Amino acid sequence: MTSFTPIQSLLGGMLIGTAVIILMAFLGRIAGSSGIIGSLLPPKLANDKSWRIAFLIGLLIAAFLLDTVADYSAVIQNITTEPMLIIGGLLVGIGVTLSSGCTSGHGICGLARLSPRSIAATLTFMASTAVTVFIAKHLIGQ
Amino acid sequence: MIIIISLLAGVIFGFGILTSGMANPAKVQNFFDVAGTWDPSLAFVMGGALLITTPGYYLILKMNKPLLAEKFNLSTNKKIDSTLIIGSIIFGIGWGITGYCPGAVLPAVGTGNHSALLFCVAMATGMMAARLIRSRTL
Repeated sequence: MTSFTPIQSLLGGMLIGTAVIILMAFLGRIAGSSGIIGSLLPPKLANDKSWRIAFLIGLLIAAFLLDTVADYSAVIQNITTEPMLIIGGLLVGIGVTLSSGCTSGHGICGLARLSPRSIAATLTFMASTAVTVFIAKHLIGQ
Repeated sequence: MIIIISLLAGVIFGFGILTSGMANPAKVQNFFDVAGTWDPSLAFVMGGALLITTPGYYLILKMNKPLLAEKFNLSTNKKIDSTLIIGSIIFGIGWGITGYCPGAVLPAVGTGNHSALLFCVAMATGMMAARLIRSRTL
């Protein structure tokens, strides 16, 4: 069970949106997490690595800053086993590379500018995730 | 300057991910579990993000160029092909199994969570494998 947190989630979403528009206004870049991570991995690394690395460092230190400055530590409840984390991680890595985007790139940045590809991708991965959760929780019974 | 702005954007994005519940796999799973312990919170995360991004992008993209760069880097690809759809289906299966997506997992790794780190290593491996195969077939 997790509790319904509409206000906190809305405010958190607005923070995400703020980061997304900062990146576009100053750098002219989409805040697509999978693209930013993927382009720093072999076989072909992006030429403009510095802003990507800086963004990822920001993501990594956010928890530490939130803890020290606001005394807030995020709740993280794992839902599956280690082998399934590995399989799921591989699937996410392969999937977002093929679809050139994930929840942030397609789901937020793409939807915000009504990109047809992003609308199709978002509807597809939302449906796929819902079906997977239904099978995992209700048919297999995790 | 670009580095500082980008670092700041990453920190704010991470704050949003951590406070909204996006980094919590149980919350992600419950969002999709309409038939069970449904928790609609994550609809508010996406709603809140779009509430800022949609008008924000509209106004920003009216500028001739970004404040610190030469041009806006936007995809002009409009083709909805099988690669996009198959990739999205595969991504959804992984997201459904683990509750982690690429933007949410790094802030979760930052909390020192081992499951998030394990997922992250597997995800990076999957990305490299797919990119390698793609670079050879194209």
